[in-house]
Amino acid sequence: MNTIFFENKPRIIGTGTIAGPKECAGVIGKYVDKTLTDDMFGESTYEKAECKMLSYAITKAIENAGMTEKEIDLLISGDLLNQIISASFAARDFDFPFLGVYGACSTMAESMAVAASFVNAGYYKNIVAATGSHFSSAERQYRYPLELGCTRPPQAQWTVTGAGGCVIAKTGSNIAITSATIGKVVDYGITDVNNLGAAMSPSCSSSLLEHLKDTGREPDYYDLIVTGDLGALGSRILKDLTWEKGCDIAKNHVDCGEIIYNVIEDEFQGGSGAGCSATVFNSYLMDKLKRRELNKILFIATGALLSTVSSGQGESIPCISHAVAIENV
Amino acid sequence: MTNEKTARRFFLKIVGRCEMTGKNRKNYNKNYIAYVNSFDPPTQHFKNCLRAFLVGGLICCIGQFLREILEKAAGLQGDELAGTVSVILIFLGTFLTGLGVYDRIGRNAGAGSIVPITGFANSVASPAIEFKTEGLVYGLAAKMFIVAGPIIVYGVLAGTIVGIIYLFL
Amino acid sequence: MQTIFFKTSPRILATGTVAGPKECAGVVGKYVDKTLLDDMFGEATYEKAECKMLSYAVSRAMENAGVTENEVDALISGDLLNQIISASFTARDFDFPFLGVYGACSTLAEAYALAAALVDGGYYQTIVAATGSHFSSAERQYRYPLELGNTRPPQSQWTVTGAGGAVIGGAARTQSDLAITSATFGRVVDFGITDVNNMGAAMAPDIGIIGI
Repeated sequence: MNTIFFENKPRIIGTGTIAGPKECAGVIGKYVDKTLTDDMFGESTYEKAECKMLSYAITKAIENAGMTEKEIDLLISGDLLNQIISASFAARDFDFPFLGVYGACSTMAESMAVAASFVNAGYYKNIVAATGSHFSSAERQYRYPLELGCTRPPQAQWTVTGAGGCVIAKTGSNIAITSATIGKVVDYGITDVNNLGAAMSPSCSSSLLEHLKDTGREPDYYDLIVTGDLGALGSRILKDLTWEKGCDIAKNHVDCGEIIYNVIEDEFQGGSGAGCSATVFNSYLMDKLKRRELNKILFIATGALLSTVSSGQGESIPCISHAVAIENV
Repeated sequence: MTNEKTARRFFLKIVGRCEMTGKNRKNYNKNYIAYVNSFDPPTQHFKNCLRAFLVGGLICCIGQFLREILEKAAGLQGDELAGTVSVILIFLGTFLTGLGVYDRIGRNAGAGSIVPITGFANSVASPAIEFKTEGLVYGLAAKMFIVAGPIIVYGVLAGTIVGIIYLFL
Repeated sequence: MQTIFFKTSPRILATGTVAGPKECAGVVGKYVDKTLLDDMFGEATYEKAECKMLSYAVSRAMENAGVTENEVDALISGDLLNQIISASFTARDFDFPFLGVYGACSTLAEAYALAAALVDGGYYQTIVAATGSHFSSAERQYRYPLELGNTRPPQSQWTVTGAGGAVIGGAARTQSDLAITSATFGRVVDFGITDVNNMGAAMAPDIGIIGI
């Protein structure tokens, strides 16, 4: 069984989010803690801006949880940059231990799952799980220079500029993490780096079905099944793949990447990146949970575990998805 | 959407046979790949060609216009004339890249803006701008040719081969 | 408190290791499970070789521990390559869940600590924790092309070509008396060293410890 259950129901007691202007023009705009007026956040490079955003998200989450830095026992974080420098340099700013994780865009769910398992088992009392991404630093690293005059393929996604974090503790709120399903690496052979939605859907389907099987639940148990960044095409494929196995998620499935941007001009399939699921979950969805407009969410962040080197060497794109069940108790 | 219907029809034909075969690297899930490919929107060849033609043609017209002016007004001839036209076009490409305008042109023009010499200038200037944060040596200078590198290498190679063939003809 | 204690003392059932010829000429030579004759391990690229070594370490650890793929609950792994592709592609070869971690060269301790915590917490019974590196793929990524004729500074180190992993399981299921008793996750410490060729000085202030 891949699903782990948290009997002591660790709680999400505070969140912190920050996002760029394009993201804040959309649905999360009025829920984030800080809207940036540009992509630089006062820094001289994109990587430093990304690090500063992640730092901000962590600080704000601790503040919103009503805690001080001394009370935090651990930071679990990662990001998209090589050697997760954003997370590492953000961790440098704080005085608590750091556990670096990497799951590409599934990092938010992975961090939350590990954090919840530590708090549930009683190793630590308060843990911060955070991640973020930045459009420009991701483009720089994975694709082409920003000023290059090339066309974007129709299945391409737009990496979200934003960061989000949450504090997970034993008590202090009614929003609990009840179980988590750690995903397997699934690779159906997609090699097109511009079509990550199609690459990630099989892993998402695998984790989702595994979760439902292990918990004995039907998809309509959850008010919402939220995926990280499958995009429009990926969501379509996910619905087909799960339908094939007898599971119908058409009614309550939503994808963070699809909803984050208001106007699709260059963003085609929607948003992507570790920051996508992090900002949407920690701002918009957490707000709905607090108001009890939503009571049971299955949060599945999806990640593509490729690099420019692996694609260059002709490999296909293995992907992974981690599912975390969050419920109002 | 037409391709959605096609995709769904296709999918229904292969339902039940979409199992993961990730273990065997040489036998990927062909069914899944075909299913995903069926979603590809039909490439708008005519529209793309038209745009590329118009933008590329316009750039070439500008080049020709410069050539005429330089020949008549400045009295340049031969190699000097060709070189000066190229320099001006490269300058324009780099300048527009620096202003952040060239990528907008390229988004719609496709090959029309990336193929001419202005596009080459764009492909050298854009990484230079991008990577100067890592220093002038290891950043700007080292990464300047990451996009244009293949053009230079294979362009020179092709030229050499043709030259050798020409030598023997 | 930074240290966590594992009350049920999860055990290291067995390990699996593979290393390159240079490494095996040294002290680990008679202890590793497999010595490679060259750095390629039959693969076409360094990255694929690194991935194959990590895969081997994982399979060998499982074999030495006498556990089948079905019995393993998770793989916790990471490596030095960008986007930890070695670990990810290794995980693709197996049918158990994967938790990717990154701690640069501290990855093994991080993986062991996390594995021990998950087993001690009762979430999983058997976890494989592994990591590896390859001299050539690390040089390629972090430093200069291999054939470049430049000098190496005196404080520089040589990235090891090798991979190792362990199967960590609950005390109840094994005779092994090698237990992981506690772990201390480290803080990020930076004393301001900027010389990338002097990693020793940069890393000395910060140590991650596991009590075994």
